[in-house]
Amino acid sequence: MEHTAQHTDVPALKNTETAIATEQLNVYYGDFLALRGVNMAIPERKVTALIGPSGCGKSTLIRCFNRLNDLIDSFHLDGRVTYYGQDLYQDVDAVQVRRRIGMVFQQPNPFPKSIYDNIAFGARATGLKTDLDALVERSLKRSALWEEVKDKLKTNGLSLSGGQQQRLCIARAISTQPDVVLMDEPCSSLDPISTLKIESLIRELAEEYTIIIVTHNMQQAARMADYTAFFNAEATEDGKRSGYLVEFAPTQKIFDQPAQEATRNYVNGQFG
Amino acid sequence: MASSTSSPKGKPIEARSQRSQWSDRSFTWLTRILAFGVAAVLVFIGVQVAIDAMPAIRRYGLEFLVTSSWNPVDDAYGALPMIYGTLVSSLIALVLAVPIGVGTALFLSEDFLPRPVRTVLSFMVEMLAAIPSVVYGIWGIFVLIPFLDPIGGWLHQNLGWIPLFGTTYRGPGMLPAALVLTVMILPIITAIARDSLISLPPALRQAALGMGATRWTAIFRVLIPAAFSGIVGGTMLALGRAMGETMAVTMLIGNSNDLNVSILAPANTVASLLANQFAEAGDLQIAALMYAGLVLFGLTLVVNILAEMIVQRVNVYK
Amino acid sequence: MTATDYRSRADRARRAIAEQTSGPSYFDLFWTGVAGFFTLLALIPLVLVLVYVVIRGFSRLNWAAFTQLPPPPLAPDQGGFANALIGTLIMVGIGALVSVPFGVLAAIYLSEFSQGQVPRWIRFATNVLSGVPSILMGVFIYGLFVITTGTYSAVAGGFALGVLMLPIIVRTTDESLQIVPKQVRWAAIGMGASKFQTVLRVVLPAALPAIATGLTLAVARAAGETAPLLFTALFSQYWLDSLFQPTASLSVLVYNFATVPYEGQQRLAWAAALILVGIVLLTSILARWATRKQIY
Repeated sequence: MEHTAQHTDVPALKNTETAIATEQLNVYYGDFLALRGVNMAIPERKVTALIGPSGCGKSTLIRCFNRLNDLIDSFHLDGRVTYYGQDLYQDVDAVQVRRRIGMVFQQPNPFPKSIYDNIAFGARATGLKTDLDALVERSLKRSALWEEVKDKLKTNGLSLSGGQQQRLCIARAISTQPDVVLMDEPCSSLDPISTLKIESLIRELAEEYTIIIVTHNMQQAARMADYTAFFNAEATEDGKRSGYLVEFAPTQKIFDQPAQEATRNYVNGQFG
Repeated sequence: MASSTSSPKGKPIEARSQRSQWSDRSFTWLTRILAFGVAAVLVFIGVQVAIDAMPAIRRYGLEFLVTSSWNPVDDAYGALPMIYGTLVSSLIALVLAVPIGVGTALFLSEDFLPRPVRTVLSFMVEMLAAIPSVVYGIWGIFVLIPFLDPIGGWLHQNLGWIPLFGTTYRGPGMLPAALVLTVMILPIITAIARDSLISLPPALRQAALGMGATRWTAIFRVLIPAAFSGIVGGTMLALGRAMGETMAVTMLIGNSNDLNVSILAPANTVASLLANQFAEAGDLQIAALMYAGLVLFGLTLVVNILAEMIVQRVNVYK
Repeated sequence: MTATDYRSRADRARRAIAEQTSGPSYFDLFWTGVAGFFTLLALIPLVLVLVYVVIRGFSRLNWAAFTQLPPPPLAPDQGGFANALIGTLIMVGIGALVSVPFGVLAAIYLSEFSQGQVPRWIRFATNVLSGVPSILMGVFIYGLFVITTGTYSAVAGGFALGVLMLPIIVRTTDESLQIVPKQVRWAAIGMGASKFQTVLRVVLPAALPAIATGLTLAVARAAGETAPLLFTALFSQYWLDSLFQPTASLSVLVYNFATVPYEGQQRLAWAAALILVGIVLLTSILARWATRKQIY
């Protein structure tokens, strides 16, 4: 069972530009190899979904893209992660990376501040000279939250419902106008109606942003992703799970005619 | 709207502003230095007291610890009575406070009373720790000492053949000081014992009760053994506190520098010796007091380190 | 302790229970009674202390108590503790000024910027420091400050109280910061906020209510402390006109006047004790009430 780069070419990529790419990426926590040999070229202004069983390293991978893994002491990697050709781990400031590559997390995590201050935070932190009122309105409209909160911008972000909080987090993430928005299972803590709202929002955002979304929900990937990458995990000798990329292709292909047996089993639900 | 993007896609990521990098670095370093500074204060206290004690350490050596004289006129100093007083007053307080404290902790962690009542009572026990030491002192002088008069007299009359009650009760002395210490350390023992009882896995309690154990069988055979190290840790912390407690003890213990085994007689502790003599002491006396302070520092340091180690081990299970 | 330990204990309990006969258990009633009695015993001193302090102190509280200097020994019911009240406020203020920035920044390092064994050791040292007898804080500042400046002073007293407050502030701030969920930090960092911005604009404000509560309790505790002031600030019968002269405080006044045979001064000591208890009790209750509406 050797899975390497040969399955990860995406022919359709030829007509769009690559936003983020990895080359022979290995991710370690201390001595433990969490993710190995990942080669991917993620197209810009598309929705790319990362799917796979838990422990397959999909969240680990997404956190390499905005260098959030830097917060973990034992983390290191070899290989390359590039952003429009620029190596994100060579002479680049992590803080600057995150201003280009935003992120939405699994649990809605608004700051314990007003809705307004949540959105304005990024502009204030990055010293962006802009009309904050307009920025707040634009970001909230873009994330389809404006109508619900326009009369209570001064109330605490934590007072919103879970789905509203997550849309607030999306508004916050796009307020700094990043190129790429990473989403780590953004709907996993939400009810079905909120989930649908966020999914359609993500589809709309893809016109403007490159979206990379981790999800454990295959239907979700099938519904909204242009491209899907399937990751798998195998047990190492010491009982931990080490992840690798099995297949990366247009979503249609992953679900209808996957090249790999493992992918077929997973999308048909015959897996672990 | 899409055109408002401030960073054209693909433009290389530029370096962060010098100011932002500098503020990150200097802020991290500032906090790091201050954090190490807190630990350094602990060391600094020990070193400073040791340096100031040097003249007395050179002159009296270890004999200081086993001699019972405190005479500024002849420059004869030995801290045995105070070290003895420190240990004995703390031990008496512990012997009284541990059962009361653990009993209270059990009563307030089990559901003998409705929860709101327990919350109020727990808060009241905590308040015992908040009352300033000097207030216990004034209360002890004017309320506790007169109140103990008949009890002290009775103890001497009926149990006077035991050396512990071998002298008449004259008011200030070991007994009132130890009783007030008991009250002052009670909340520490209660709080930590209660915390470790509450943090036991509920399954443990349910397992015992589910098999038809009566409540107190479960408490004695299961809960107390499981919470034992927490209770020991709390007791050690209380011991450290008792040994260093100053004001209430100074006001009640009688400040006698003679060693006397009777708990009805006046005595002294290292802390109250310092409180009493420091402000008016001459040079060598200051050094001798610093030496006594160093002994107290060493004692409380050992006890507190042990207590912390036990309490930290307990916290691992939480 | 491992799960197996608990299991073996549960087994022991099972056996112990099997040995017991059922029925209305006098054994249980007895021990419930004992525990209840002990709880009562623990609460009696609180009630007694409060009752006496209120009765004895309240009768002496008048306008003069707050506005005048301490009375001479033989003057019955004259004078007040105005200079001591001011002294306490000033010294607690100096102590807070020194220890709050020191302690809060140190706690930020422990909670936000450090990993591995270092923070563990510093936390350990902090806890041990909070167990150092408060009188030794006074001895320390005496050696460090009083000897060097050649005088007892409000500044020395304030520093001694600062050393006393420091470990409490570090610990409560550290705990308050740790309550703030990791996800909130990620959110800020993920938006390209620097460490400095993340801590100052997001984490610290989120923890502020809890930190403020802890600081208030530390300050209240310092206001009641006597031992560190005995030979750093000493005492004074007069108004304070310089920070570098012996300074009166409420707590030292209680000590001095409770241990003299003059009734006028004793009564003033009770009144000052009431003020001290009032400060500590009020802040504790307020803190308790404030922690009910925390963010996290």
